[in-house]
Amino acid sequence: MSDMLSVKGLSISFGGLKAVNNFAINIEKGQLYGLIGPNGAGKTTIFNLLTGVYKPDTGTILLDGQNLTGKSTTDINKAGIARTFQNIRLFKDLSVLDNVKAGLHNHHTYSTLEGILRLPRYYRVEKEMDEEAMELLKVFGLDGECDFKASNLPYGKQRKLEIARALATEPKLLLLDEPAAGMNPNETAELMETIRFVRDHFGMTILLIEHDMKLVSGICERLTVLNFGQVLCTGPTQEVLSNPEVIKAYLGE
Amino acid sequence: MKSTAKKKIFINNMITLGMVVAAWIIMEVLMGTGHVSSLLKGLLVPFCIYVIMAVSLNLTVGILGELSLGHAGFMCVGAFSGALFSKCMKGAIDPTVSLVIAIFIGAAVAAVFGILIGIPVLRLRGDYLAIVTLAFGEIIKNLVNAVFLGRDADGFHISFKDSMSLGLKDGGEVLIKGPQGITGTPQAATFTIGIILVLITLIIVMNLVNSRTGRAIMSIRDNRIAAESIGINITKYKLLAFSISAALAGVAGVLYAHNLTTLTALPKNFGYNMSIMILVYVVLGGIGSIRGSVISTVILYLLPELLRGLNNYRMLIYAIVLILAMLFNSAPQFITLRKRIFGGLKPQHAAHSGKEEA
Amino acid sequence: MTGFINYLINGISLGSVYAIIALGYTMVYGIAKMLNFAHGDIIMVGSYVVFITTHSMGMPVFLSVLLSVIVCTVLGIVIERVAYKPLRDASPLSVLITAIGVSYLLQNVALLLFGADTKSFTSVVTIPALKFADGAITVTGETLVTIISCIVIMIGLTTFINKTKAGQAMLAVSEDRGAATLMGVNVNGTIALTFAIGSALAAVAGVLLCSAYPSLTPYTGSMPGIKAFVAAVFGGIGSIPGALIGGILLGIIEILSKAYISSQLSDAIVFSVLIIVLLVRPTGILGKKLNEKV
Repeated sequence: MSDMLSVKGLSISFGGLKAVNNFAINIEKGQLYGLIGPNGAGKTTIFNLLTGVYKPDTGTILLDGQNLTGKSTTDINKAGIARTFQNIRLFKDLSVLDNVKAGLHNHHTYSTLEGILRLPRYYRVEKEMDEEAMELLKVFGLDGECDFKASNLPYGKQRKLEIARALATEPKLLLLDEPAAGMNPNETAELMETIRFVRDHFGMTILLIEHDMKLVSGICERLTVLNFGQVLCTGPTQEVLSNPEVIKAYLGE
Repeated sequence: MKSTAKKKIFINNMITLGMVVAAWIIMEVLMGTGHVSSLLKGLLVPFCIYVIMAVSLNLTVGILGELSLGHAGFMCVGAFSGALFSKCMKGAIDPTVSLVIAIFIGAAVAAVFGILIGIPVLRLRGDYLAIVTLAFGEIIKNLVNAVFLGRDADGFHISFKDSMSLGLKDGGEVLIKGPQGITGTPQAATFTIGIILVLITLIIVMNLVNSRTGRAIMSIRDNRIAAESIGINITKYKLLAFSISAALAGVAGVLYAHNLTTLTALPKNFGYNMSIMILVYVVLGGIGSIRGSVISTVILYLLPELLRGLNNYRMLIYAIVLILAMLFNSAPQFITLRKRIFGGLKPQHAAHSGKEEA
Repeated sequence: MTGFINYLINGISLGSVYAIIALGYTMVYGIAKMLNFAHGDIIMVGSYVVFITTHSMGMPVFLSVLLSVIVCTVLGIVIERVAYKPLRDASPLSVLITAIGVSYLLQNVALLLFGADTKSFTSVVTIPALKFADGAITVTGETLVTIISCIVIMIGLTTFINKTKAGQAMLAVSEDRGAATLMGVNVNGTIALTFAIGSALAAVAGVLLCSAYPSLTPYTGSMPGIKAFVAAVFGGIGSIPGALIGGILLGIIEILSKAYISSQLSDAIVFSVLIIVLLVRPTGILGKKLNEKV
């Protein structure tokens, strides 16, 4: 099975409202996949379902063949899904470098005691983490600001830092929630390059939510359109974008 | 570009440790030449106790980001378990050795309480967590006051009613007398031991903060949801921070117990008033600033004691100063000034500080 | 059995006092989003005013209580304006510490003015006790007045919140301060009013508390303040009926514990119940569940 992500029949209700109904998606390894739809369609809810923030009422989520349905957020990240958030969630009072090093937590370990007593393993692993974190920051052009407080970065760089931190967790699947939100056209163009680079350099499978159609049509290979919590249409990008049903959903009637 | 933060942090920490060592040297010299009043001499060990309390509370409030109003409860638990050990061992081993072992015991017992209390408490939301920690602090104080513990040839006996119902045989002794606490603990605490414990506490907290574990704890503080999303086990690290904080408070408690001959659990030493006082030290020193906690304890603990001459007006002035200090604390000019004195890197760079005002 | 009923009545009475104090806490928390740690000490101030005016000035009880309410109301408004308003946008922890400072201030001013010795408070209630079941069950005048006062206050407050413009403004500010400002609500005035009402209630609570438990020191307000805060959290902080339920239940648990288990351990039991309730219902009995948006 070459699918990285395979989701079937995913549903969830809040109160009496069915927020997501019978959602399905199949993303191949290394694919750049887009999840689009009007505001309130349920896109972030899908992300929350995929990352264990919500437990689905029905459905299954398979990552690279492994069943992740109902698992906790922490376990899902350890299994290989990382995400960014619609409203940036950086560790505001930590440095840029420490934000990324936090992401390296599970892949570079030493015990608390070794840390307090400053045993040799502490120095060795910290050095590894420093090197790897700086490499990652370099990819995003953030190495110059490695000691800055994360909240002092300009908005565009904060978004990049969030992606860098997510990548630090060595995921198989990267979920980006409106990465271009609040960006001007130049920043968006740069982000497109970065996302493409991440896919090519790391062989990453990427699913992104976006409203910026330039970015969507620019880098996404396949799209799924969500409307009122249900899949409206799915297929290659250009096909979907020229589908009259899709256009109607966005523009309303 | 390489990260220079590590070096800066190291230097900052060394400065803090250096300040403490310098204070010790100065005081020892002054005491040796007879320049220190007996009033001040009596304040030295308590000062160490409160510094350890403040720094350990800062671990919970500033580094983990949770408001705890029951820190004195852990001090109480440590004090009583350490004192119990020392009283049992009195005469059998050297008092200083007894103190050292008691410290480990007090820290361990307090850590266990930290975990037991942390498990239910740490999943509550901010304000609720605060009130529950206050509740636990009061419960601990209350329970300790209700315990009667005695030992005789048959072993240990415990009662919650009174000394009589312990049913001790001849030759037995009552160790904990309910509200009258434990009497006859060896006074093994000295300023030097206190300073050593302060240094150890500082090193533990500083090293913890600047490690993988510290990053995990602070990421939970800064954004719990994001921390989960990068695979950090929230419960584990919350409990770890909380119990280390509790253990250190326990150490402070053991030091406290060995500075007196009689140990009792009163509202003023182990009640919420004490917990709140320590919290005031932490907040005024800068939440998350370890050096700040040390400095603010110096000012806020020693100052009112040295102002004893003003007796009646002492606490009143203290209260007014506190209010004014908090008001000024939030004005932008004073925040920058305070950051420069109390440590941390330049405002633009990360300072491991917690959520500052506005 | 009659013993139990007597204890129950005492518990409801004490609980009513806690409920009145808890109201002040819960209103301030819900509307001004802060924990007014000094609230308990306003109770003490109210009691001292009554004590001084009746003892030293021989004022009639009614005027005395009225004066106490006025003094506390003004005090509450002044404290809010001077100490809390400047920190309205600061971190909640800063405001809490400032409130602690205010608490220390009130206690120490009282200490200086009135001394640390325990004053014997003369009850303001002159109604004789009611006896039932051949004298086995006694309802003291204080108990009666306390419980009735509590009911009247609850009804009055609920009506005020629901039926008056000022009350609706309070609800608005507690929901969303920013939006309320945009809607033209006078936020400063509303918050000041909240403190005024809370402090007035504290004065009443102080008088009732000291009438039933006649010893008065500068620290008298502290523990009841804490317990009332526990009651407010217990019932669901921010909820007025919650304050009532939390207060009454707390009073009953405290008195019953003192009577049937141990006087020493009664506080521990009260606090333990709080913890157990919060573990089962983390936002209190009537509290609202808050969902964080991801």
